[in-house]
Amino acid sequence: MAAEGGHGGSDTASYIGHHLQNLQVCKAETGDWVWNECAGNIWALNVDSMFWSVLLGLIFVFLFRKAAKKSSTSKPTKWQAFVEIVVEIVDGSVKDTFHGKSSLIAPLALTIFVWVFLMNLMDLVPVDWIPLGAAAVGIPYMKVVPTTDVNVTFGMSIAVFVLILFYTIKNKGITGFIGELTLHPIAPSFKGPAILAAPIIIAFNFILESVALLAKPLSLSLRLFGNMFAGELIFILIALVGWFQLPLHFGWAVFHVLIVTLQAFIFMMLTIVYLSLASESH
Amino acid sequence: MDINLPTLGGQTLAMIVFVWFCMKYIWPPILNAIEERQQQIEEGLAAADKSQEKLVEAQSRADEIVNEARQQATGILDQAHARANEIVADGKDAGVKERERQLSAAKAEIEQEANKAREELRGQVSAIAISSAEKILNREIDGKAHDDILGKLAQEL
Repeated sequence: MAAEGGHGGSDTASYIGHHLQNLQVCKAETGDWVWNECAGNIWALNVDSMFWSVLLGLIFVFLFRKAAKKSSTSKPTKWQAFVEIVVEIVDGSVKDTFHGKSSLIAPLALTIFVWVFLMNLMDLVPVDWIPLGAAAVGIPYMKVVPTTDVNVTFGMSIAVFVLILFYTIKNKGITGFIGELTLHPIAPSFKGPAILAAPIIIAFNFILESVALLAKPLSLSLRLFGNMFAGELIFILIALVGWFQLPLHFGWAVFHVLIVTLQAFIFMMLTIVYLSLASESH
Repeated sequence: MDINLPTLGGQTLAMIVFVWFCMKYIWPPILNAIEERQQQIEEGLAAADKSQEKLVEAQSRADEIVNEARQQATGILDQAHARANEIVADGKDAGVKERERQLSAAKAEIEQEANKAREELRGQVSAIAISSAEKILNREIDGKAHDDILGKLAQEL
């Protein structure tokens, strides 16, 4: 491996560092667009993450649209049958958890599930194939699993967070939203001398509830990122052990199939749960 | 794991677009197809149940018809037997009657013949008697004097 990681030292460290480096583009202080000299620049774009993420999203959209366009009631194709199984699983999960009426939640859940699943699945491509291929055509860095990029998982959980706020305000009103942030878990009293304690209680509630609210997108994205990043790192470490990597790789890949599916499902399920909490009045 | 806003915003934007597309063009047709098929299956099963019922009904109706036909056939057979017996009996009766008629006719003919023969015989006997009496009387008395007596006698015989 080319020793580009900036970690210096051993080959191993640079190999790992290289694999964990995104292909970045940003505007340098000189005003020029530069590649891969963007450490610490908040305006950098992870080109590889975006590329693979959008590509996999398009694959999802294309494949499912194909089934949807040809969907037939009496004579479904095998692909349609498969798509319908996925749709039914998602639809069942949504119906079990979300009791309101919304035409957005179910498609949102389906998109999240399949898209995250596909992005996670990139983890099963042997870790050197695509980066080496990219290096052969002159691209120095290539991180192929978008969900190992914290920006990608945050990007999705922020969209979910906005939807949580939207559904809360839509179903409970602004006052309901503010009340939810300030009047729980300790209900302040506004009668008699206890009113003096009310501001303190409200402040306490607000701190507690804001943390709880912000923890939702944070935990959602960090859970996915953490799992996939750790999985990827272990694949990279396994790739370092020489010929013995084959059985190890196989074992970890089999185990990882489970993680890939499970994490996609958890992301979808938690999205549904958060949104159903946001639209239920209690 | 540096945070950088373009990637983050780009991912959010991509997600919005994909979710919108899914909501608009993927989810509804697929779910429609599923629901439509569910309904079709439900209707199909109901129709199958109904036709099963109809089949049972038709079976019992067919059994009924067959039974009826069998009964009718038995009736017809019985009638035919009775009629045949009747015809045979009638034939026997007619035969007996014919026999009796012919017998009596023969008897009557025989009797008639016998009577005729007897009459003839009687005529012949009386003629013989008269001729023998004539012969006797010719010898002793004039036949003409006693003719009336002899005629009466012949008539009585």
